[in-house]
Amino acid sequence: MGREAVIGFLIAAGLLAAPLLGQTFDEPFVITLATKVAILALAGTGLNIALGYGGMVSLGHAAFFGLGGYAAGILASHALNYEPLFTWPLTVEGTTLMPIIWCVAILVSGVAALVIGALSLRTSGVFFIMITLAFAQMVYYFAISWPAYGGEDGLSIYIRNEFPGLNTLDPLSFFAVCYVLLGFAIAFSFLLSRSRFGLALNGARQNAQRLATVGISPFRVKLTAFVISGMMAGLAGALYADLNRFVSPSMLSWHTSGEIMVFVILGGVRRLFGPCAGAALYIVLEHTLGDVSEHWLLLLGAVLVALVLFARGGVIGILAGQPRHA
Amino acid sequence: MPEPILTLQSVSKRFGAVVANDDVTLDLRPGEIHALIGPNGAGKSTVIKQIAGEIRQDSGSIRFAGRTIDRLDVVARARLGLARTFQVSSVAPEFTALQNVMLAVQSVNGTTFRFLRPALGDRALIEPAMAHLERLLLDDRAEVRAANLSHGERRALEIAIALALRPKAFLLDEPMAGMGPENTQKLVEILDDLRAEAPILLVEHDMDAVFALADRISVIVYGRIIASGTPEEIRANEEVQGAYLGDEEHGRHSA
Repeated sequence: MGREAVIGFLIAAGLLAAPLLGQTFDEPFVITLATKVAILALAGTGLNIALGYGGMVSLGHAAFFGLGGYAAGILASHALNYEPLFTWPLTVEGTTLMPIIWCVAILVSGVAALVIGALSLRTSGVFFIMITLAFAQMVYYFAISWPAYGGEDGLSIYIRNEFPGLNTLDPLSFFAVCYVLLGFAIAFSFLLSRSRFGLALNGARQNAQRLATVGISPFRVKLTAFVISGMMAGLAGALYADLNRFVSPSMLSWHTSGEIMVFVILGGVRRLFGPCAGAALYIVLEHTLGDVSEHWLLLLGAVLVALVLFARGGVIGILAGQPRHA
Repeated sequence: MPEPILTLQSVSKRFGAVVANDDVTLDLRPGEIHALIGPNGAGKSTVIKQIAGEIRQDSGSIRFAGRTIDRLDVVARARLGLARTFQVSSVAPEFTALQNVMLAVQSVNGTTFRFLRPALGDRALIEPAMAHLERLLLDDRAEVRAANLSHGERRALEIAIALALRPKAFLLDEPMAGMGPENTQKLVEILDDLRAEAPILLVEHDMDAVFALADRISVIVYGRIIASGTPEEIRANEEVQGAYLGDEEHGRHSA
């Protein structure tokens, strides 16, 4: 753990240093990129709880990510138009306050994860992957076909939502918000993985039969983890919508689910800072190789194949000197 | 005679055309070791699986701890106090021996849904878990990953996990399978001691162990119980001699 903790600290410091340098050298784009990394790392940290600790390979986390994004977009659009969300049985107004938006995003994605998880966890293996994918696609097509919130064109957030006491339009301030939330998520993940619940969740991944035989329901443990995982992805989605000031069905597409999974695998499954390393590497590659060739994903594919074949521990595993240990 | 803790009443199970259990009636009383013996494929493991709730019987009924458990799943039956071990060791391979037992301890404490407080250094889990490992002579292997334990140690670990559940009955499916004579002898002593904790339904091929331990023996052949009684009665039973024990009564049955 020692060496991995140092690596984690360095990643956290690096992610903090990048936007500060961007500010100093007047490169606001760097701040935006760092914010994007922090948000995507948050989504990845969420997925890591399901995929890493729980062994649930979900190809449907875009649903939670996108629902969080739409929660932010829809609440903000109502607030800016002065139209209540609904008036019966009681009047509910939109809001531009981030803390409230986050709570709604977490709640909505949590409920979605509860329903999708409860149905999907009846299956396992490749069927689980397919059914989570199918559910996410249902949400995706629903968003496309629902004209009230932009349908296929998506929904713009004209002014970034507010956080009391901060000017969120200042890139560095908004980065700070995302960075702190990522920090909380990683700290929570760390505690979770070492808690009694974490022990049961890791047990459920290794041997569900053993867990059931000692009287702990693998289904309940996994479902709880799936919901927590979905909630984190939903929170990340709300931040992502605010970063882009735009939310569209593409946030819900299976492509997004795949990307989040790539962050986790690239960084190292079950590594606390794996999703951060994965998201950072992905974004850096996208903006360096992406300039050289539009086929950069081909190269990323090769990197992924190499990692899965030779270094299951991902980037963190390689840096920690235990590349094969997943 | 004390009330049985576990009763199987006319339990039958078929898999397609194969009759795995045919009208099996069997009970387990407090303080005893009841051995279930029979040739391979006779349906011994099917009996254990039905009691544990992994498969549902086609007909008949199972009572445990004063209630019918037919409709309960594996988790609920374990929580009622049924602790089973598997014919092929089933442990969490990446966990240490200690963590495997801690999982059972936390289940009995009923506190799995605790998310923030660290568990791995929690004395309330470690101390009871260590005590159970000690009882199985595994305390000096506590920090070894289960995957790296020897075969015999993993068998013993499963019993330590079962013990940690503070069960009302043990279901042990061939605990001696694949063990050398020395380890078998140690395990015989441990099981002999264990019956004071809770009665044991013991499926076992090692006849020396069975006759050394069992208070009662039931013999199952082709899914039917053909004889049931004390070790002396079983030894003297001609039908059993013919069907199963034969002249290898005192030899080790090669599984």
